[in-house]
Amino acid sequence: MPELIYIAAALMMGLGGLGAAIGVGLLGGKLIEGSARQPELAPKLQVTFFLGAGLVDAIPIIGVGIAMYLIFVVAG
Amino acid sequence: MAGSTPTVSEYITHHLTNLTYGKLPEGFVREDGSVVGSGGAWVMAHGGEEASAMGFNAIHVDSMLWSIGLGILFCWLFRRVARKAEAGVPSGVVNLVEMTVEFVDNTVRDTFHGQNKLVAPLALTVFVWVLLMNLMDLVPIDLFPELFKLAGVHYQKIVPSTDPNITLGMAVGVFILMLYYSIKVKGFGFVKELTMTPFNHWAFIPVNLFMEVVGLLAKPFSLGLRLFGNLYAGEMIFILIAALFSAGVGWMLPAGLLQVGWAIFHLLIIPLQAFIFMVLTIVYLSMAHEDH
Repeated sequence: MPELIYIAAALMMGLGGLGAAIGVGLLGGKLIEGSARQPELAPKLQVTFFLGAGLVDAIPIIGVGIAMYLIFVVAG
Repeated sequence: MAGSTPTVSEYITHHLTNLTYGKLPEGFVREDGSVVGSGGAWVMAHGGEEASAMGFNAIHVDSMLWSIGLGILFCWLFRRVARKAEAGVPSGVVNLVEMTVEFVDNTVRDTFHGQNKLVAPLALTVFVWVLLMNLMDLVPIDLFPELFKLAGVHYQKIVPSTDPNITLGMAVGVFILMLYYSIKVKGFGFVKELTMTPFNHWAFIPVNLFMEVVGLLAKPFSLGLRLFGNLYAGEMIFILIAALFSAGVGWMLPAGLLQVGWAIFHLLIIPLQAFIFMVLTIVYLSMAHEDH
């Protein structure tokens, strides 16, 4: 059933993106909060922020990759 | 992809197939109609079907050659710079190498709290090697496959980190180091850590062991798959945008713009993933050195 593959791909991209967006939003908010309280820590926090952001957006990116594979190779 | 114009999914599959060398099983009917004789045969695979028929007895020649080649490039470049380095103001490539070494050194100082002379060189190797492998993603995706096709080699995947064998191989290397240093530093304490945390009671030993072993195995697995997934998805999107060029002349400008846009976004992902791989390597090894 190729139609279900599209649904699967959409769920994969949509829910993955949703989760990561919330995660990165929280991270960014806390980064601003943290560096407003202690501006001298800002560069250090920024490194940790990028590390965290990289860890968070790995999952949706992987989801997008698999979804694209499903749409264009498995279904196509 | 022999001669005629391929469809989009053929084009994608072609770009995602490694150049594989391996052993075909006995009685397998090859693409040209010939049948493999008794005892099997060691050959280059023609297409994904033959590659998957090889199963375990296969090696991705392109991934191996590109990754080892990039490793040699890294060693050669850094050795050359190290010999030339002097006290004055550095310039050009010397500057770049010094910045990289200093950056990695600072990260290791901040994150690693044990006593080990291996970790900083290991972190530098991991960082630069992964970065170089990822940078191959920015090479126009049709350039090398087409060049190799002219030379008679039909499959070529030049980004080694889009091959799970390479990334999981590196992760397993880190895992072996983790186990080695855990046992070396903690000794019997390592067994205790596996069986007595988080519930410190003898009756919970099976539960603890299960939880800790799963946690331990998840580390190299996620380390390898994260790098693979990011680069694979990136490569996939590059291929899809490239496939847009076949949709007609009107699509060429938007596709070109998309290609540039995605490449600029990918410029962030490439060093970020190399950095994450390095930091996690250091953090895992640091955890292996913490004796309670």
